[in-house]
Amino acid sequence: MAEQTGMVEKRGAGLWLTHLGLIIGVAFIFFPIWLAFVASTVSQPEIVRPPMPLLPGDQFFENYSKALTAGINAPVALMLGNSLFMALGIAIGKIAISLLSAFAIVYFKFPGKKLFFWLIFLTLMLPVEVRIVPTYEVIANFGMLNSYQGLILPLIASATATFLFRQFFMTVPDELAEAARVDGAGPMRFFFDILLPMSRTNIAALFVILFIYGWNQYLWPLLITTDPSMNTIVMGIKQMFPSGDDIADWPVIMATSILAMIPPVIVVVGMQKLFIRGLVESEK
Amino acid sequence: MATLTLKNVKKSFGKTDVIHGVSIDVEDGEFIVIVGPSGCGKSTLLRMVAGLETITDGEVQIGGRRVNEEEPMARDIAMVFQNYALYPHMSVFDNMAYGLKIAKVEKSEIADRVAQAAKLLQLEPYLQRKPRELSGGQRQRVAMGRAIVRKPAVFLFDEPLSNLDAKLRVQMRLEIRALQRELGVTALYVTHDQVEAMTMADRMIVMNGGVADQIGKPLEVYANPATEFVAGFIGSPPTNFMTGALMGATSDTKLGVRPEHMRLSETGKLSARTTYCEALGAETLVHLSCADGTQVTVRQDAGAPFPEVGAQVGLDWDVANEMRFDAAGRRV
Repeated sequence: MAEQTGMVEKRGAGLWLTHLGLIIGVAFIFFPIWLAFVASTVSQPEIVRPPMPLLPGDQFFENYSKALTAGINAPVALMLGNSLFMALGIAIGKIAISLLSAFAIVYFKFPGKKLFFWLIFLTLMLPVEVRIVPTYEVIANFGMLNSYQGLILPLIASATATFLFRQFFMTVPDELAEAARVDGAGPMRFFFDILLPMSRTNIAALFVILFIYGWNQYLWPLLITTDPSMNTIVMGIKQMFPSGDDIADWPVIMATSILAMIPPVIVVVGMQKLFIRGLVESEK
Repeated sequence: MATLTLKNVKKSFGKTDVIHGVSIDVEDGEFIVIVGPSGCGKSTLLRMVAGLETITDGEVQIGGRRVNEEEPMARDIAMVFQNYALYPHMSVFDNMAYGLKIAKVEKSEIADRVAQAAKLLQLEPYLQRKPRELSGGQRQRVAMGRAIVRKPAVFLFDEPLSNLDAKLRVQMRLEIRALQRELGVTALYVTHDQVEAMTMADRMIVMNGGVADQIGKPLEVYANPATEFVAGFIGSPPTNFMTGALMGATSDTKLGVRPEHMRLSETGKLSARTTYCEALGAETLVHLSCADGTQVTVRQDAGAPFPEVGAQVGLDWDVANEMRFDAAGRRV
């Protein structure tokens, strides 16, 4: 009996230590975000004067409403909207295009099939930064500067997602496609009725990743949007930083940063269940 | 319900010939089993009838109509796959109804037909479940149900029982056969299991290397195998083959005798050494080794005394039960 109790106690202590370690880790990572939040709720003089405040102040509503409606270059609400539109456009567009191209590559026989696959795969090796000058040229010639199309279209092709869906489609048993054929389903019907629902968890996982990818785009929006009303939030934050002799309005900048974090967090938390299932489980 | 005719059907993949020309007239309501070892082309043959493989040469007719160029759907067939190929995200009901939905059958009619099939297959309690929540046997039934609701002219089965355990296999074997009889639908059934072929078939096609070695009623095929391959493949334990000195006078042919036609005796045509005895209850299999190393099996009733391992015994059989084959493996 005594031994057993001892064991339980020992395990209990281990559990506490583990938790303590985890709590410290979480606090360590969370601290900068906490600081940003605190900074977004105090007034400008309070931030500048040492020591730095560690508890929220009373300027929460003032700072946030100022950020949302006025901002510095453009109202944050507008920039959030732009970012949301761009991130959704990129995520949905990427998924739609990669689903279709993976479908073509896996289920159809056409000349040069392998070549096309490798061409798509090759684009993995060319990140946005490498091809940014020619891309800019193309978009400028199409007159898409300062437009949503210009923000979204160049980022929409995705070799990664195509590859992922290709791998998934290849694990779907051939017999399923044959059964659908015997049932009289044409290729697109098979795609929409069977492949798409089966890829649900994969799509969710990709959506989360791609939404955040789109949301965090910095260089491309910075290049092609000169009109403040087309600014996205991520580049907007940078543009709030003072240049030259301006004084930084830190509480508003911090409020903007906090606001910029919310949509990705909502997406991740909201789709967490599907996301994790998509990563770990292959449901067949 | 229809007849099915294969006229010298051939298949090649590139330059490799897989099926060298198979012909058969299947009567309305007949249950035909295509049996053979893996790689003999039996599945390919079935898939050509289904329309999942193109037909290189020859003609497939369903109900007297040439269907070579038609899509599976237009051929009026239904197929049951080895892995069932149920749509994993759909309920049992939707799985069965999918083909009908595509064919734009009225909703009430779909519900009726699925309900009928579910009743026939005892699937009624499971209609709202997903395939992964079902056991192997139940999934098998859903796959059957999907075929039944279509009311096809021909059922095609591609090794439908090979993923089930032995006991369930015996049970489903009977169920499939009973169901097919009840519905009166012509059926083509592929298997590598000669027991399934023997027990289920009205007639069977024994395939070997892309050729139909023999087409006939199971017992006829068993009693009169057309080739050495058929004699060896149909029947378990397989036919004993003897060559050379063991079979006496003629030298360029092979002699086959089924295990149940051989008996142990004091003297006999041959002398052999007992290597192992399998007492199975109802029968005993005595394995023997002849002078030149040829392995022979003798099947005895349980009551018969069997020799000790290592004992030298005589082997005898009636000449009437001898099957002789020429060098090409054909029956002489």
